Amino acid sequence: MYNFIYEKVNTIKEVEKLLSENEETKILAGGQTLIPTMKQRLASPSTLIDISGIDELNFINDNGNSVTIGSTVTHHEVSSSDIVMNKIPSLASLAEGIGDPHVRNMGTIGGSIANNDPTADYPTACLSLNAKIKTNNREINAEDFFIGLFETALEENEIVVSIEFNIPKKSSYMKFPNPASRYAMAGVYVSVFDDAVNVAVTGASENGVFKWTEMEEALSSNLSLENAKNIKLSSDGVMSDIHADSAYRANLVDIMALRAVENLI
Amino acid sequence: MPTVNINVNGQDLSAEVEERQLLVHFLRDDMDLTGTHVGCDTSQCGACVVHLEGKAVKSCTMLAVQANGKNITTIEGIADGDNLHPVQEAFRDHHGLQCGFCTPGMIMAAIDIINRKPNLDEKIVREELEGNLCRCTGYQNIVKSILAAANK
Repeated sequence: MYNFIYEKVNTIKEVEKLLSENEETKILAGGQTLIPTMKQRLASPSTLIDISGIDELNFINDNGNSVTIGSTVTHHEVSSSDIVMNKIPSLASLAEGIGDPHVRNMGTIGGSIANNDPTADYPTACLSLNAKIKTNNREINAEDFFIGLFETALEENEIVVSIEFNIPKKSSYMKFPNPASRYAMAGVYVSVFDDAVNVAVTGASENGVFKWTEMEEALSSNLSLENAKNIKLSSDGVMSDIHADSAYRANLVDIMALRAVENLI
Repeated sequence: MPTVNINVNGQDLSAEVEERQLLVHFLRDDMDLTGTHVGCDTSQCGACVVHLEGKAVKSCTMLAVQANGKNITTIEGIADGDNLHPVQEAFRDHHGLQCGFCTPGMIMAAIDIINRKPNLDEKIVREELEGNLCRCTGYQNIVKSILAAANK
């Protein structure tokens, strides 16, 4: 990997200052994607800002109707949090299904959503649970946050501070993991709220995570396996690679949706 | 070059490291702690697993500077003098290794699993070993060793 300047900071203010003074900076939280990417020279930032020591980013709060998770909370901390396990158990089990135990001890929720890998798990939770993503200068609805492949609404000088998830009546996340990486080859997060059923899909679209509106409409009228079975994801725009072609992947999405719905009825 | 202060296996160390130096290379090349292995160098195999503040992490996927001010335990730091750690002992008793290359990572991962999971069974152990590869495919006895150590 190419060398860089390493800056360890203790406050969000310091991050803002470094971001405004330097070009080609990257934020380092757990580094479980960034460091392998740098080792392969697919990224070569000139400055790394290590935010893992910022106390104000490391918390999990129960707000009654929602749960807020700070951006440097690790996947292991999410999966073993009493608050998350009690309020949104599907989110705890999503976190426990990421990578492997060693990755989960380092990787963070903020890093995952800021990276917006088209096969990452957390973006589905954000869309399905109507999350609000708080940055150092504004609040962004999840639907406006995830823009495309590895692309988010984050500006140059912006970092994720926390993610607020609404607590659903019930929810389920089902994924078909790639056997080697455990990234989703298809992942479907179904959440039931009083006024709507939300369905978010990862691992499939060439544009990254998306809300599957046809399935949402079908399940909002009646949450049943029959209704879910009637909806099929078109393979247009679905990723195709050595692991699975578009048709196979689209079918995996259908199956994961059925499994998630099965969990909820 | 930045200076890091790291406690490795109970010893406080101070060293100058290049920013881009990985923790595994700091341990192996600078500290001569060659028990921690580099298997794949692409975050897949877990041969480089060490404990950071008591938790299993991949030392090939972490910078040495990230460990500044932290406690690191490597395979060299778990035995008590001549007395093997119970997990090491279980690997010896149950022939939990073949060529031995993955063993340090397996043992460091196993200690972390046993610390986190009170009621281990074979299925859980196999799931928890997701991040550790044995190219001899000696998983049978590795799983047996971990279960034996957990029940000690």
